[in-house]
Amino acid sequence: MIDMSTTQASRARPSAIGSGALGAALPLLVLLVIGVTLPLFAGGYWGVIATRACVYWVLAAGLNLVVGFAGQIAIGWVALLTVGAYTTSVLAAGNVMPPLHPYLALAIAGVVGAVCGVIVGLPALRLRTFYFAITTLGFATIVTQIVLAWASVTGGGVGVAGPIFPAPFDTQWGFYYFCFGLAAICTWMTANIAKSRFGRALTAIRDAEVAAEANGISKPGLLVIVFLFSGATAAIAGGLFASLQSYITPDAFTIDLSVLFFISILIGGRGSILGPLLGTILLTVLPEFAAPLVAWSTFLYAVLLLAIVLVMPGGIAELLDFKSRRPLESNRAIIPRPDLLKRLLGQDTAPGTLTLEQVALSFGGVRAIDGLDLTILPGQVHGLIGPNGSGKTTTLNVISGYYTPQGGVARLNGVALTTLAHHARAHMRIARTFQTPRIVGEASVLENVMIGGTIDGRGTFVESLLALPRHWRDEKMLHETAMLALSAVGLEQLAGVRADRLQHSELRFIEIARALMLRPAFLLLDEPAAGLSAEEIRRLGALVVAISQAGTGVLLVEHHADLIFDICHHVTVLNLGKMLAAGTPAEIRSHREVVNAYLGG
Amino acid sequence: MVLSIVLSGLAIGCVYALIGIAYNVMYSASRVFSFTAGTLGMIGGVLGSLFILRMGLPVWAGFILALVGGALLGVVTEIVAVRPVLKSLDQHLYVLSTLALALIVQQFTAIEWSTDAQPFPRIFNIERNSFDQQYWLPMIACVVVIVGLELLYRRTLVGHAFRAIAEDNYAARALGLPERNLRMASYALAGVIGALAGFASGQMLLAFFANAPLLTFYGFVPVALGGMGNNRGAVVAGLVLGLFQQAANFLVGGIFASVAVFTVFILVLLARPDGLAGASAGRRV
Repeated sequence: MIDMSTTQASRARPSAIGSGALGAALPLLVLLVIGVTLPLFAGGYWGVIATRACVYWVLAAGLNLVVGFAGQIAIGWVALLTVGAYTTSVLAAGNVMPPLHPYLALAIAGVVGAVCGVIVGLPALRLRTFYFAITTLGFATIVTQIVLAWASVTGGGVGVAGPIFPAPFDTQWGFYYFCFGLAAICTWMTANIAKSRFGRALTAIRDAEVAAEANGISKPGLLVIVFLFSGATAAIAGGLFASLQSYITPDAFTIDLSVLFFISILIGGRGSILGPLLGTILLTVLPEFAAPLVAWSTFLYAVLLLAIVLVMPGGIAELLDFKSRRPLESNRAIIPRPDLLKRLLGQDTAPGTLTLEQVALSFGGVRAIDGLDLTILPGQVHGLIGPNGSGKTTTLNVISGYYTPQGGVARLNGVALTTLAHHARAHMRIARTFQTPRIVGEASVLENVMIGGTIDGRGTFVESLLALPRHWRDEKMLHETAMLALSAVGLEQLAGVRADRLQHSELRFIEIARALMLRPAFLLLDEPAAGLSAEEIRRLGALVVAISQAGTGVLLVEHHADLIFDICHHVTVLNLGKMLAAGTPAEIRSHREVVNAYLGG
Repeated sequence: MVLSIVLSGLAIGCVYALIGIAYNVMYSASRVFSFTAGTLGMIGGVLGSLFILRMGLPVWAGFILALVGGALLGVVTEIVAVRPVLKSLDQHLYVLSTLALALIVQQFTAIEWSTDAQPFPRIFNIERNSFDQQYWLPMIACVVVIVGLELLYRRTLVGHAFRAIAEDNYAARALGLPERNLRMASYALAGVIGALAGFASGQMLLAFFANAPLLTFYGFVPVALGGMGNNRGAVVAGLVLGLFQQAANFLVGGIFASVAVFTVFILVLLARPDGLAGASAGRRV
């Protein structure tokens, strides 16, 4: 199965990426071969251990998308294992209704688990990290207590017999192959997601949530899908777990088990499939090598977790990432190629105007913006300058929808923007960059830029899960566009490098490339020249001019007065949230108040 | 019957409030919620039982040593699980490091102390009556802590420094306050408060390692509902939680009482993510 995905990958994608994917899949292929041939060289006892590792991985693979990719600290996922185990067992045993076929029972458990996954995960959409962690722990406790109390169905403390799957899966090795097959499918599906726009969007939610929203990624929508998937795999793992145990009581579903799943993912490393897979195998097998340590296993897992967090936050995946240890060329220069912009931005950007009318916003007693009028025309660069605290970034945030103005309105082509959610801005082709670059450090430069094109993908989550044709078409399109955008800003030679290894100035250009992926009608740049060298500022200026010439309206917030006066068609000067002056650069340069208050001498 | 529900509800509510205050004291000093809050309470109970029943020390010595143990655990939390990850608060590594430390302490206690609940000594040698010491000890502890904290924060120079750090960490450091020492002191203080809660409620909750996750959860409910860093909110919410839980315990039975508490907690939080008394979060971009 893994094999199939890589051959397809190399066919659909350019060859450089294809060989990279093959290299990444190699360890998985080795594991696949070991798994298939295991009965040839391992005794029956190891068969049980291996089956358990497969069952745990079915759950951990789904949970990995929640914890490792989306960065949601879901500790109590054992609750869903419990739900799945009891649903499968009770339905298959038939102690409330006529017994169902074990496969049907397992499938129903998957559906029930998916629903429960959303219920357990829902608080993540509204609550902060620690709050969510605590609520998942609460769920785990509650589910166990309900199982204990609902004795007429679950058998209470006495328990219930697990399902037995029919031949050929009723023998020990037969059942092993059943679990191994499901584990392989889960690996394949989550690896597909990891390498899709959904996987990249999840890491963006994790590491750069604001940037994710600005690129049109809807956190609630995506997380709900991931919780559905993760809940389903966890519940199916529960059905398998019940069959493996052959008899289940509430005691089997301890918080320790939850901690095991959670820790194996973190030991494996965030944003990786192979790392957590190795982590799960490691934690399942480890106690077998040291029988006296079994009682101490949770203790040791906790020590391991602490060590990982403090010493090696990247986990096993980072340990295996040999590529990122090679030093980068030190005297590299960013040389944008503005000539590519016409091809990248195309002609389909519908011209319109972005206007602010009497916008006012105050925080507590501070008037951040106080009755501001602004008109941004397509094909023009509009400079916004003013001292610190004069309301420049706040203005951008009003346009981006992070703040709702208390007075006035922002309009795009006459349609008021205020009523829309902020991630809807991307669909209106309004892109932006940030004062502090918001980048997914662990992803490659190319992947970071591809995040910008998330909303232009056509395939659904399920199509990516199963690697159907539309998934490959999206990937090919996003890959090509992102390479074009990287070439346009002059970073194409760094495409494969982890973004957190880059210099600050390069991050600023990555953000511009990511914004260009939207083919923006309007581009909001928040101090793009901060921290750049004089030469880089000059190249940035040429790039911004070229972007505007391709039809995009640019709103440029900047402190470098020279850059503003060089490239802007129109400049607005803010002071204390109010417009101090507006006009062409020449007019502003000779405006007495501006010169006195801001430009000096 | 009603009287005993109210008494036990207020008593257990005081314990939850105290754990909530321990959360808050740590949070104020470091902007970190620590999973070790409930562990501090558990340790207070276990150490009390260990020193007084198993080692036969006098009650006052056992009491002091239990509090010292709590303070030590607080300091260890700060050094091992909080300080190293403070630089990257936005990555939420503290959730993982404090969880790991809490599990380490909890598992160690389970193995080296006991996996079963162990008896806790009676503190005062007086006859049992309906208003027993197991109920009024947590209440007294709660009052002492609230009054003590109030005096500390309002009347002493160190208290002012604590508040300065809670208000604006950078400004406090710029003024030359020894931020790191004050943070360690805060964690020690939280340890003492947590251990005091565990010791005072020892007769009710017994010396049991599994009290740690229980108190971590129920102690966080007042913090979440009362607004983080808000001790008065925590006390009110803690008392309401205790009364609600005991009433539900009596009306619908123990298991569904915890389901009820949890459901109400989730619903309130979903409606008001910053707590009933909290303010919304600030600027993100």
